[in-house]
Amino acid sequence: MLAAILSITVLGGLFGLGLGWAAGRFRVESDPVVDQIEAVLPQTQCGQCNYPGCRPYAEAIASAEAGINQCPPGGETVIAVLADLLGTEPMPLNADNGEAKPKAVALIDEQVCIGCTLCIQACPVDAILGTSKLMHTVIESECTGCDLCLPPCPVDCIDMVVRNPDIDDWRWSKPLPSLSPDEMLSAVPI
Amino acid sequence: MPLELTDQARQAGQRLHHFHGGLHLRHHKKISCEIPLENAPLPTRFYVPLLQQYGKEAEVTVTAGQKILKGEEIGCYSHLGSGCVHAPSSGIVKAVARRPISHPSGTDGWCVVLEPDGLDEWKELEGVTDWINADPALLRQKIRNSGIVGLGGAVFPTAYKADDASSRGIHTLILNGAECEPYISCDEMLMREQPDSIVLGARILQRAVGAARTVIAIEDQMGAVHRALKQSVERAGDDSIDIVRITTIYPEGGEKQLIQVLTGLEVPSGGKPSDLGLLCQNVATASAVAQAVVEGKPLIERIVTVTGNGVRQPRNLVARIGTPVSDLVEQCGGYAKDVARLVLGGPMMGYALNSDSNPVIKAANCILALTEFDIQPPQAEMPCIRCGECARVCPAVLLPQQLDWLIRNEQWDDAADCGLADCIECGCCDFVCPSHIPLVEWFRFGKSELRKLKTERKQAEAAKSRYEAREARLLRTKEARRQQIREKKQALGNEAEKQKKLAEAISRAGQDKNARRDKNE
Repeated sequence: MLAAILSITVLGGLFGLGLGWAAGRFRVESDPVVDQIEAVLPQTQCGQCNYPGCRPYAEAIASAEAGINQCPPGGETVIAVLADLLGTEPMPLNADNGEAKPKAVALIDEQVCIGCTLCIQACPVDAILGTSKLMHTVIESECTGCDLCLPPCPVDCIDMVVRNPDIDDWRWSKPLPSLSPDEMLSAVPI
Repeated sequence: MPLELTDQARQAGQRLHHFHGGLHLRHHKKISCEIPLENAPLPTRFYVPLLQQYGKEAEVTVTAGQKILKGEEIGCYSHLGSGCVHAPSSGIVKAVARRPISHPSGTDGWCVVLEPDGLDEWKELEGVTDWINADPALLRQKIRNSGIVGLGGAVFPTAYKADDASSRGIHTLILNGAECEPYISCDEMLMREQPDSIVLGARILQRAVGAARTVIAIEDQMGAVHRALKQSVERAGDDSIDIVRITTIYPEGGEKQLIQVLTGLEVPSGGKPSDLGLLCQNVATASAVAQAVVEGKPLIERIVTVTGNGVRQPRNLVARIGTPVSDLVEQCGGYAKDVARLVLGGPMMGYALNSDSNPVIKAANCILALTEFDIQPPQAEMPCIRCGECARVCPAVLLPQQLDWLIRNEQWDDAADCGLADCIECGCCDFVCPSHIPLVEWFRFGKSELRKLKTERKQAEAAKSRYEAREARLLRTKEARRQQIREKKQALGNEAEKQKKLAEAISRAGQDKNARRDKNE
């Protein structure tokens, strides 16, 4: 009896020491779950989720502080992927955070712009160029369409425009199944 | 690349190999090969699309009302300096307008509308007659400026491939004359009637990219072609050119399949033939290169097979880019009475045109007119019975049924892992599927979704790094400010000194104020 208790205690102690050592030796600096979640998010950095960026939101999801349905730019697709990743049920987008809309880019009306630099300071991805009292312009390819430059503009000269798809963006459409699965089954001669 | 692989690739064409799967198809080529090549007449209007190559539309360089000469540039890519579009004849630019452009999407694109003046007057042509001693870079430059693209149907800019090949160093040039799609015979006619041009193009390309030898691959049933090419090579007296006849199994004319037949090696997934030290070009491309380099003529015409049961006299025509398809059909005696559909490209890989007013483009190797009988409605799609027939015939050694299942369930990453991007859309799986599942339609859809996903991920990655860079910068400036304040505070020294300095500053300010008041009074 005593031998059993002793040996189990010793074994437990040894394993504990081993695990303690391994935790220090193979330490992972960042939470891999956060990285995985962040990789799914669209990186718009718009803050519509009530967090200051995609990384903080990913951290909030990982710590179960925030729901997976607070990202309007990601829409249903991101929710589905997150649900799959975290093993939860997909849910509809939280309407408080805004609604999913097609991706747009900011366009500055260069006639109206007074060169106040407020939008430059607001842009989370440094996609606006310009300096004080001189015209500003948006680097279209870098704009994530986060809308954050709109509120600070004192002369309301920024519009969000949905880019017209050119022929390079054209995609093959999804084939229509000629029959529904049930119809298919009933069409099979048995 | 390991040495033994290089050696094996060097022996391209000396022993023939097999690729996986493939199909024996009925050819239907004879019907369009009976009449010799002839130039299509000038149309009343040219509609030259600015989208002639893989990727985006070229920027237009002419304006309405402008008079231009044949061969002058009408569109270019200013950032690439290649793939330009040239005027097919001399005349007046009537408009630059959006019109149907012969694209699988069926949408409109920018076209230059040109009214020919009938003189067909060339611009001043500058050829490199002494190409044997010319600088290879100059030859490639000439190819780049002549708007030459792969004329086999993929329309990838030839200059790109040539530059890549010469920078990576290749040993063998493969000219693809294995035209495997049923009905299409434009390359066969070209090889029969203008073999000298192809052999000359091969020698120029060989010099331009620094290849040691050339293999011209043709199908084993092209007897006349073999004779013509052989005589031409003898005339040229160039013993670095071999002509190889390969077994006719669809799709042996696909770039990767042809390389496998000739070398027994597979081009790695996502890789290029230059990984094996090879460059593959279509025979028509070589002929265009010869004209561009020696005569200075840009690519403004190509051979088009007009065939199918829907036209009265199937034949091959030399058509200018921008000629409406209806003009070609007229030259072939018009439509048969039960014509139902026009297809651009072959029956296996082509796509339907929405109108016969669509223009001929650089990719248009064949206009196939089908009758009611040919396009009988497909049989209803049935569930997959997992017979595995599709996997047996797939030349890319993929599992079509598995891919289909993954795409339908939108499992994009898994589909990519299963090699969806390696699908060449040859249609073999479609052809043999006993359940009539439109597999290729699903693969095309899946491939474009994959591409979209890839660009989105790239954009997200870029946005993330820009965001992180900005955060780091903000932190740095904040830290720098704090440091500044700290230094200033330190410079003030201890409490007593601070009070003293403060008092001094106040009295100085007071004195200044008094001085100003005195001055004003």
